[in-house]
Amino acid sequence: MAGLTLEDIHKQFGSVVAARDVNLNLPSGQFVCFLGPSGCGKTTLLRLIAGLENPTRGRILIDGDEITQTPAHKRNFGMVFQSLALFPHLTVGENVAYSLRVRHVDKAAQRKKAAELLDLVQLSGYMDRYVSQLSGGQRQRVAIARALAIEPRLFLLDEPLSALDAKLRESMQLELRELQQRLAITTILVTHDQREAMTMSDLVVVMGPDNRVHQMGSPLAIYRHPADTFVADFIGSSNLLEGTCSGAGEIKIGTERLIVEELADGLSAGTSVTVSIRPEDIHVLPGIEKGDNRLHGTVSFIRDVGSSVEIYLNCNGIQIISQSTPKGRPQVRQGDKATVVLPAAACVVLKS
Amino acid sequence: MIGEKPKGVLAHVALAYPALMLGVFFVIPFGMMVAVSFFHREPGGFYITGFELTNYRNLYTALFGRTLLFSLFIAGISAAVCVSLGFPFTYFITRMRRRVQVVWLVFLMSVLSLSEVIIGFAWSLLLSRTAGLSNLLVWLGIMDKPVAWYPGFAALLFGICYLAFPYTVLVLYPPLSRLDPALPEASLTLGASPLKTFFTVIVSSLRNAIVAAFVMVFVFTLGVYLLPQILGRPHHWTLSVLITDQAIYQTNMPMAASMAIFFMVVSLLLVFLTMVIGKRKRIET
Repeated sequence: MAGLTLEDIHKQFGSVVAARDVNLNLPSGQFVCFLGPSGCGKTTLLRLIAGLENPTRGRILIDGDEITQTPAHKRNFGMVFQSLALFPHLTVGENVAYSLRVRHVDKAAQRKKAAELLDLVQLSGYMDRYVSQLSGGQRQRVAIARALAIEPRLFLLDEPLSALDAKLRESMQLELRELQQRLAITTILVTHDQREAMTMSDLVVVMGPDNRVHQMGSPLAIYRHPADTFVADFIGSSNLLEGTCSGAGEIKIGTERLIVEELADGLSAGTSVTVSIRPEDIHVLPGIEKGDNRLHGTVSFIRDVGSSVEIYLNCNGIQIISQSTPKGRPQVRQGDKATVVLPAAACVVLKS
Repeated sequence: MIGEKPKGVLAHVALAYPALMLGVFFVIPFGMMVAVSFFHREPGGFYITGFELTNYRNLYTALFGRTLLFSLFIAGISAAVCVSLGFPFTYFITRMRRRVQVVWLVFLMSVLSLSEVIIGFAWSLLLSRTAGLSNLLVWLGIMDKPVAWYPGFAALLFGICYLAFPYTVLVLYPPLSRLDPALPEASLTLGASPLKTFFTVIVSSLRNAIVAAFVMVFVFTLGVYLLPQILGRPHHWTLSVLITDQAIYQTNMPMAASMAIFFMVVSLLLVFLTMVIGKRKRIET
């Protein structure tokens, strides 16, 4: 599968760098999310792909053909904008059929295609309304239908769901994912919401505030094996422990010894490292128990939200958060001494 | 009654001042003009009160008809020129960086500060044979000998457009700067060329603003009466010139008043027609 390739893409606005040395290869037919905090350049990257900006350096290829210099209106990439950008002077049907009108398709065919697409996004019968008469979620669907009308090679979405309320957003996420799978269309969605990225995508591209791509992989792989501390912290929540490498498969956290299964290459004794452990992998035992992979501290706070229990512990100044199910809830109370168990398999060692 | 009515006297006090000003400086003088237009002219004197339609009957002359048509014609052309140049111009300004926009707007404002008299005489000088721009072209070797570009229709049209252009930009600026930049971008991604996008999205979605700007320039241009005398030939004189002539030089106030009122009624009808056409088009598309 060829798909979309970005080679050494660099984009600068004056002295401000928006995307730095981006190399990506996105296989076709996949749902890809560009995920990162605001200002990380994910929208710029999408606009570069759409042809709305020109890269300062680098090449863009689709299925092996270079399109770096191809203007946006000749790329045939459907795009849904953050503001949706529906044409206020046109009806819903005319909005959806706009690309056909531009291509001089006859009126009857335009209406037929618009009706089909409105069926697809479950807006049958809204053909002759004006955009101003629709709700937020309905406008969303019109924008999606309009972008799909060109039968795009690539479907680009720039935070289209950010304006919707939480409930509607979640149902739109599922709907969009289902639509993408049904049409088997290569899709790139830009979002700052990691839950959204995890829900919808086959591949997640994590970008950081330094405007670089930090990691690309399946949502689970990124969650389980973050490439660096930024990704570990940005995706889900993570306990990040500062330590030093003290030997093969051994980390010292303060005075405690931590045995880990995997060590990245190039980590020799004395290197300072960060250990990332997900809260749900951490066990809490009441009382003090000595041993490897154990830290000792006091329970500082317990947050019980019904579906899960979070226990906050203070271990000699390090804050550890553990998460467990209500059934597996450890028998501790606020102020109790407790032991934190960090299973070797769950520790991901990252260079500091 | 549905809706809340403003309560008490206080709510109306705020409106009293503008209402008073409007009454004193517009309604009363206008009423006087309407009255005078029915008065009887006293040759050698001024006018005496009365009620007669003579002044309106006297409008029915070839000169008046021709001048009326020419006035509406040149106002229409000027409005068309100003809007068709001003719209893309304003669009490109609004797409520039904030600082650049401010520079352009300040420049336009400074043109606004020039009066019709200054603009008229300045352009009559610049378009003249003896000291005008054509001398510059001769010096550059583009032309053989200097020519006079005025008086004439082109010079008059140019002068009027120069006068009205800053107003056009100022009327178009707010709606154009509010235009979502994603709209033209969406059109591009849907396969429309930049030129097509300009007409089908930018122009079409701002049709109301364009009609408003057109009407504004049209009405504004109807009142121009110095430029035709400076930059035009006598057959380019507009109705405003004719009215001034009647009022000041012929001391025929009733005639001037009837001309002005007839002119106003015709202009209002045209403006109304333009608005109706503009609106209907919006609903059809």
